[in-house]
Amino acid sequence: MKALILVPAGLAALLLAAPVHAVTATEQLADYTRAAGAPADPTRGQQLFTRRHGHEWSCSSCHTTNPTAQGQHASTGKQIAPLAPAANPRRFTDAAKTEKWFRRNCKDVVGRECTAGEKADVLAWLLTFAH
Amino acid sequence: MPSPRYVMQAVRGGLLLSLLTLARADDLGPRGPILPKYEQECAACHIPYAPGLLPAASWQRLMGSLEHHFGTDASLDAASVQEIGQWLNQHAGTYKRVHEPPPENRITRSAWFLRKHRADEVPPELWRHPAVRSAANCAACHTHAAQGRFNERDIRLPR
Repeated sequence: MKALILVPAGLAALLLAAPVHAVTATEQLADYTRAAGAPADPTRGQQLFTRRHGHEWSCSSCHTTNPTAQGQHASTGKQIAPLAPAANPRRFTDAAKTEKWFRRNCKDVVGRECTAGEKADVLAWLLTFAH
Repeated sequence: MPSPRYVMQAVRGGLLLSLLTLARADDLGPRGPILPKYEQECAACHIPYAPGLLPAASWQRLMGSLEHHFGTDASLDAASVQEIGQWLNQHAGTYKRVHEPPPENRITRSAWFLRKHRADEVPPELWRHPAVRSAANCAACHTHAAQGRFNERDIRLPR
């Protein structure tokens, strides 16, 4: 009887222990594209990333215009690991983390949260960099 | 009149005590390991500033205003704010020179920080060095800053 109770409990623990949001960058691009209801455009993504939007910083102020290169935080000077999955396989493997950074950084750069379409564009551009 | 031997022992004891106090004064790290959540969330943008560098009141204000965190949005989910805030509060600076919250809750505006980094100690051009850029970038010169250790021995100025 005890074993019967313990098995589901063990399974539940395993499920809880597994990273809940583990995904790939390609899967996240598909999710954002689906939410946007339109195809992503890497060129538009590059423009969003490298241009300023009436505020002090662009995305590239910290991440540089080359997402396979190491960046540097514009105010603290801390090194930032490359953003393109080709150069840094740990990028875009946790949907909650991706959402957290898009939310905060878009507010800093664009002055509001980015739309699903804008996130899809940026991710599509970051995925154009080859391994 | 005490014998010279006792006097020497007392002097040695006093020296040892002040050395211990000095060592403590330069080691502002938490008693125990850094909270993994603090490292993960806060050290993504800057070194994990040792909790002892600010008094609890400053940490509390910082954790209550993460959406406007020195010009950036550093907001976090409520559970993380709670966990990190509690840990900072527990390990915050309590001794004399860290007792008063500095202006804007900036470590770099604390009286002790300004005194230690006066122009005769740190030449103004050093702050503009590409490897430094910001006074917030402690680790540019203090090689063990991420561990909360600011011993003079560990200072390496960038060339």
